[in-house]
Amino acid sequence: MKVGIIRFPGSNCDRDVFHALELAGTEPEYIWWSKRDLSDFEAIVIPGGFSYGDYLRAGAIAAITPVINGITDCVKEGKPVLGICNGAQILAEVGLVPGVFTENQNAKFICEWTELKVETSRTPFTAMYKKNEIIKMPIAHAEGRYFTEDLKKLQDNDQIVLSFESENPNGSMQSISGVCDKEGLVCAVMPHPERASETILGSDDGLKFFKGIVKY
Amino acid sequence: MTLTDTELEYIEDEIGREPNSLEYGMLDIMFSEHCSYKSSRPILGLFPNEGENVIIGPGDDAGIVGITDELALVIGMESHNHPSAIEPYGGAGTGIGGIIRDIISMGAMPVALLDSLRFGYLEDQRSRYLFEYVVKGISDYGNRVGIPTVGGEVEFDDNFKSNPLVNVLCAGIVRKDSIVRGIAPNVGDVFVLMGGRTGRDGIHGVTFASEELTTTSELESRPAVQIGDPFTKKQVMEATFEALERVDVQGLKDLGGGGLTCCLSELAAKCGNGATVEITQIPLREEGMTPYEIMLSESQERMVFVVHPEDVEELMDVFKKYEIPAAVVGEVIKGDQFVTTLNGEILADVPSELLADPPVAKRELKKPIIDEEYVVVEDIDPKDALLKLLSSENIASKEWVYRQYDHEVQIKTIVKPGDDAAVIRVDENTAFTITSDCNSIHTKLDPYNGGAGSVAEAIRNVISMGSEPICIADCLNFGNPEKPEVLWQFNECVKGMSEIARRFNTPVISGNVSFYNETEGVTVNPSPVIGVAGKMDIKDIRTSEFKNDGDMVVIIGETRPELDGSEYHRSIYGLVQGKAPEVFMDEEYNAGKSVLELIREDENGNITAVHDCSSGGLGIALSEMSISGNLGAVIDIKKIPVKGDLTLSTVLFSESHGRYLITIKKDSVEEVLSKIAVPSAIIGEVQGDSLVIEDQFAVDVEELKKSYKGIIEKFMA
Repeated sequence: MKVGIIRFPGSNCDRDVFHALELAGTEPEYIWWSKRDLSDFEAIVIPGGFSYGDYLRAGAIAAITPVINGITDCVKEGKPVLGICNGAQILAEVGLVPGVFTENQNAKFICEWTELKVETSRTPFTAMYKKNEIIKMPIAHAEGRYFTEDLKKLQDNDQIVLSFESENPNGSMQSISGVCDKEGLVCAVMPHPERASETILGSDDGLKFFKGIVKY
Repeated sequence: MTLTDTELEYIEDEIGREPNSLEYGMLDIMFSEHCSYKSSRPILGLFPNEGENVIIGPGDDAGIVGITDELALVIGMESHNHPSAIEPYGGAGTGIGGIIRDIISMGAMPVALLDSLRFGYLEDQRSRYLFEYVVKGISDYGNRVGIPTVGGEVEFDDNFKSNPLVNVLCAGIVRKDSIVRGIAPNVGDVFVLMGGRTGRDGIHGVTFASEELTTTSELESRPAVQIGDPFTKKQVMEATFEALERVDVQGLKDLGGGGLTCCLSELAAKCGNGATVEITQIPLREEGMTPYEIMLSESQERMVFVVHPEDVEELMDVFKKYEIPAAVVGEVIKGDQFVTTLNGEILADVPSELLADPPVAKRELKKPIIDEEYVVVEDIDPKDALLKLLSSENIASKEWVYRQYDHEVQIKTIVKPGDDAAVIRVDENTAFTITSDCNSIHTKLDPYNGGAGSVAEAIRNVISMGSEPICIADCLNFGNPEKPEVLWQFNECVKGMSEIARRFNTPVISGNVSFYNETEGVTVNPSPVIGVAGKMDIKDIRTSEFKNDGDMVVIIGETRPELDGSEYHRSIYGLVQGKAPEVFMDEEYNAGKSVLELIREDENGNITAVHDCSSGGLGIALSEMSISGNLGAVIDIKKIPVKGDLTLSTVLFSESHGRYLITIKKDSVEEVLSKIAVPSAIIGEVQGDSLVIEDQFAVDVEELKKSYKGIIEKFMA
């Protein structure tokens, strides 16, 4: 199964996601930001990092690159798309998922392991978890505080994917740390499942995010 | 301008005439302490730097040591003290940038960063400002380039108030057959300058780093501080790796202190060649720059590739993909001259050897006379002392710092910040351990034992993870070397470091010297920051937290009456006085060797935790194991092997070297103990939720935690 990993200048979790996708049994391949046609791929992951240095605003410049048109086509064709950290910020910036990820409440970068609740298992990436399952994954971001004006719509449509369980480190609305589009195929999560894909790193709770792609 | 009369005479003798103004500027930066190591070079010769695994020792951009059959570990350290005092955010960022380039220019992928930082006490507003923005500078730069910051240390003391120390260590991994070097071996090859454009920043940066700071430095020297750009750096890094794969690169060197002048002259001089550089070919950031500014600029994010002319096209293709400016700026020529031209007209023409290898400065050494009255202190209540120490700025948790650093990216960090050292995986079975440590108060009181002790502490931290120490890198921060007392300290420190490095067979493979750390008459405490790397089997990893109720607590090594120069004296009495703890080379070595052997033979995981004793002594070490493990212990103080008749406070807070705490499963403790060849004893048992010093006092683990955590956060809120 061919899964594309989008590379922007400044992406820095691309190799890590590659490793995790291999562990999950897929055939990952890098895609440079200038590629428009993504029809070869069955699923897409936008990895974390600082695309274009996060200058202007996290994800703002990546959102207007040619590869985004390719991703939009994938969404139309019903292919799963996962954005992690900076990838999540980009998906929000493009409008493929609702709401925004903005500056942390304490205005600082936060890197730490967090306990998370899986709020829905209807997305391909969370299909292998039980709803309300508690998992452990790290976060690492300066702009991850989730905000939306349509919280109720999000709740009614089952679009909340992950939320912080014990502590809410960045001040996100309702402790939300991952959301999806209406169909549940486009997922944007701030925590890093690829950093929690092997027990030696602290947990392999995140691996099911990638295994879920295969199952789908 | 800083060239001395003697140096100017030497130059005129060498070139047979007076240098013109451009040549003067180029020679001036190359003769600066920062580029030439003219005061330190003869003393640094004392370091052992050879060993069976050493691939490249001091002298290149970074040192390299073999770690598996195919892979090697690359390590470099750098200081960015002066720039950080003037402009903390940019200064710290470019410090990171510089050391990352050093690693990349050996062909290695940077995999870990560590920062050793020193500031004035946080009660002082300006110190808080410097601390906040240095950490932010490191965080913004390191996080953006995607290299995990996995460890380091922070010290606060008045003497660093105006002259903070910002030292960075970077480690990288390279395939042994892919190592590149900073050389220009073939006449006719060309220099390709790539990366950030050359601008007016950082001109005379190294000259300003080779002088004392003054109160007007902040205004006068801001233009000497370079401006970093982590986004461009990330692009430069990716493009460099792709270029190394696609093109047969002959030599590679980054541009740091001394800019183009330093980079090109050193590349050529290393191979006894000459070089040309044509000013009009250099991609510039702004118009109207003079040749002087261009040749001396320390603009960041630049690299020089040395390649055959026929490979230029392929190389340019790579840089085009990453949208990085690049140009052929000169070539390697026969002979020894370094020729700078403007549209073909010669502007400067001096031997590259003269630039790259200035004569050493003859300086005097003198032991300072210390004439301070020794204050006799009365012990306060040991429980109060323990809690006070835990909440002192120097001991308290540094989570506020490392929470701002991405320490997970690259998914190699097995043991994260907060333990004795970080453990980074190399392949399925192998990992390396890395730490950076320094005890500046011990070094102030006794530079020999302080230098040796800083190495000993770093080695203990590496061993505590279950790892065998294999090499040392250092960053030596001292005052003005033109003062005989300062150079004496430096000499003693290097002697102490060398002796213990020899004892452990851990060669010093790279380093950096930062002199002139003085501001307005205040000299910083001499601070030898020591990086030690170890290698290990992943299965041998041990961490420091208490694991299970019922495990036995064992101490290895003897506790001596060595409270002088301790954190106890500094934090509770405000005293730095007396005689620093002594490093007993054989005891230190035997204790370390014992711990390593125990771990290696421990196939069933009977040794459950290992921690070293250093700053704050046994009391702090036990507390840290309790706090991180969320478990208490009952300790019988009378069982601790001691030298002489010691008070309870001395036993708890003495900073004697050569000591480790380990926990062992109860049913195998006797068997393990029988293998230890140094003084050791079972001193208690892990149990419950308080740390109990039998017949003396008990503290709840929750109270220990409350004292230890949130301290820095309160200052910085």
